[in-house]
Amino acid sequence: MKVIDKPEFEALIDEKISSDRRDVVGVQDDGEKYVFDDLDSAGDLALEYDVTMLSPKKYLMPQRETILEYRDANGEFEWRAKAEPDGKVIVGIHPYDLVAIEQLDKIFIDTLRDEPYRRKRENSLLIGVNMQDASETAFAASMGTATTDSGYDLMLTDLGETYAVNIGTLEGKEFLNSADVRKATAGEVQEVERIEQEVVPDLFERELEFSPALLPTILEENYDNMAFWEDYSEKCLSCGTCNMVCPTCYCFSVDMIRDLGTNSGRESRRWDGCLLEDFASVAGDENFREEVAERHRHRFMRKGWYIYERYGDIACIGCGRCTSECVADVADPCDVYNKLYQEAQAHAQ
Amino acid sequence: MRSSTTAKFDIGENEYQPVNGLITRTRSFTGADKLFEIQLPDGEELGHQPGQFVQLLVPGVGEAPFSVTSSPTKPGPFELTIRAVGNVTRALHNMEPGDTVGIRGPYGSGFDPDVFEGEDILFIAGGIGLAPLRSMINYTLDERERFGELTTVYGCKEPAEQLYPDELEEWAEGDEMTYLETVDQCPQDQEWDGPTGVITSVIPEVDIDVETTNVLVCGPPVMYTFVLQELDEMGVPDENIYLSLERNMHCGRGLCGHCQINELYVCTDGPVFHYPVVRDKQEAEV
Repeated sequence: MKVIDKPEFEALIDEKISSDRRDVVGVQDDGEKYVFDDLDSAGDLALEYDVTMLSPKKYLMPQRETILEYRDANGEFEWRAKAEPDGKVIVGIHPYDLVAIEQLDKIFIDTLRDEPYRRKRENSLLIGVNMQDASETAFAASMGTATTDSGYDLMLTDLGETYAVNIGTLEGKEFLNSADVRKATAGEVQEVERIEQEVVPDLFERELEFSPALLPTILEENYDNMAFWEDYSEKCLSCGTCNMVCPTCYCFSVDMIRDLGTNSGRESRRWDGCLLEDFASVAGDENFREEVAERHRHRFMRKGWYIYERYGDIACIGCGRCTSECVADVADPCDVYNKLYQEAQAHAQ
Repeated sequence: MRSSTTAKFDIGENEYQPVNGLITRTRSFTGADKLFEIQLPDGEELGHQPGQFVQLLVPGVGEAPFSVTSSPTKPGPFELTIRAVGNVTRALHNMEPGDTVGIRGPYGSGFDPDVFEGEDILFIAGGIGLAPLRSMINYTLDERERFGELTTVYGCKEPAEQLYPDELEEWAEGDEMTYLETVDQCPQDQEWDGPTGVITSVIPEVDIDVETTNVLVCGPPVMYTFVLQELDEMGVPDENIYLSLERNMHCGRGLCGHCQINELYVCTDGPVFHYPVVRDKQEAEV
C-alpha cells in the first residue's frame, strides 16, 4: 500500500488530463446529483459522494454505440464491424460499481467475447475510492459489495490529508510512477482496514435480512408467487428506468440507421430493458412477457437466480440506483428480497 | 443437441462482422412467404446444422434472425423462407436476385442428425414452422438409409399458404416418407381435396411406434400446447420430443437478452430444445 498527499494526487490527475491519450473522467457534483463526467481539472472531483446517477458502465458499454458501418460499393455492400478502443481513465469508482464491472467482464470478455466492450474495457484504467457516504437507498454492505479487493487498477482510501492507495495492476503501479508516493505505515494500513471493516458498513441505512447466498433459492421458491409479483408491480409504469440505471443490466437492442440520401449507414446498439413492454415481443403480435408482473419477475429472477446459475454472480450490487431513480417509486430490490424472504419463512413454518 | 455459437466462416475478431450474401434466386409462394437462395462469398458453405439460424441484415433497414430451410446435405447456396410481416421482411420481399444482404452465423443449437441415427422420426410442422423443419426433413431424405421410418404432418391455415408445393407432392408420392397434410379451412376460391381441420385432428392418424419415435415439432406459438397435449394422449414420452422455438434475437450470441425463456437463451441454448428441458419453463409457453 502506498500513500499520496491529496495535492500531489490532484497534480497527478491534472497531469494525466493534459498528457494521457485517453479522456480522464471522474465523479463530479453537477449541482443536483453526482455524475461521472469528463474532468477539466482534478479540482472538480467530488470523491466524498454517496452515489452517481449512472455507473461507469456507460463508458464501457455506452448508451448508444455504433457496432457496424456499411456502404454500397458498386452494388456490393462493404460491412465494417466497429469496436472503438476509446478507453477512459475513470476516477472515483465505488467498490460496488467495480464489482458490477467485474461481472460484465466475465460475460463480455471471458465467456462470450464482445469486441466493442472488450476493447474499451482493456484500454481503460479504473481508479476506485472507498466509500465515505452512501445513498439512503443503498444496501451494498448486505450484498458484500461495499468493499472489494479486486477489479481496480488503483483503490483510494481517504485518510484526511492523504489517500492510501492499493495497487491492483501493473498499469496502476505505472500510473503512479511520476507521482511522489511513499510506502504506507503499519498504522495507515490498519486505518484502511478499520475503515473498510467498521466505517463503510455503518454507512448503510438499509440491509438485507438474510445472506445473499440464499437469494437464488428464495427467488426460485417464489417464481410462482404471482400474487406477490402482481402486488409489487401494480404501480409500475414500465418505463425501464430501473434497467437503464442498473450497473449490471446489459441487455441491448440493435438498430440500423441509414445516412439519408446515401447508400451507407450503420448499426448501433442501445441499452434496452426487460421492463419495457415490447422487450420480449416477436413478429406477429406475440409478446412472451406481456404482463408487467411477468416482466418484474423476470428482472428479479435474472438478477438473483438466472445469472447466478450461469455465471456464479448475484447481479445486484446493492447500489440502490433503481430505487432512487424509479419514477413510480416502486423499484426497491432490498424491500423485494426481504419480503420474499419473509414469505419463504412464513411458508416454512 | 449440438451447441454452436461460433460462426464457422472467418469473420475476423469481431462477431458482429457480417459477410455479403448474394441473393441468387427467389421464389414466391402463393401466400406471403418467399424463398431466398443466398450464396456466400467465394461459394463458401454456410456449414450449418438443421434447425440453426442466421442473422440477416438488410442494409439501411435492419437485422433479424431466420432459420435456414435448406439441408446442409445440399451443397452450394443456402435457403431461407421468409414471411413478410415486419420492416426487414417486407424490405427483403422487395429484393431480387443480384441484391446483397449481410449474413452472420450460423447460430444456435439445431437438430443433431446423429442423435436420431437409426431411429424413427415424426415431423410436425405448422404454417411457416415447416421452414426450419424442412432442413432436417430433407437431411433425412438425402441420407435416407441412416434413419428409420419417417413421417411428416404439415398443417396450415389454407391451401394457398402451403410452402414448397413441388416438394410436398414428392413427399406425398414417394415411398421414402409418409406424408399427411391438412388445412384449417379452404376458402371458396381455392382448391383442396385433402382433409380440413387443425393439425391436431390429423396427428392421431399417424401410424408410428409411440414409444420409440422421435417427434420434431415447429409451428406458431399457439400450436405447441395443443400438439403436445395430443402427443401425450397418444402416449409419446416427453423424452422423445424436440421443439424448435421462435423468439426475437438481436445478437444471436446469448447477450442482448431479448430471446430469454426463463434462464434459457433461445439463440444459444436453442432454438431447438429437447422438450424435457423447456417443459416446466413457464415462459416457453409449451
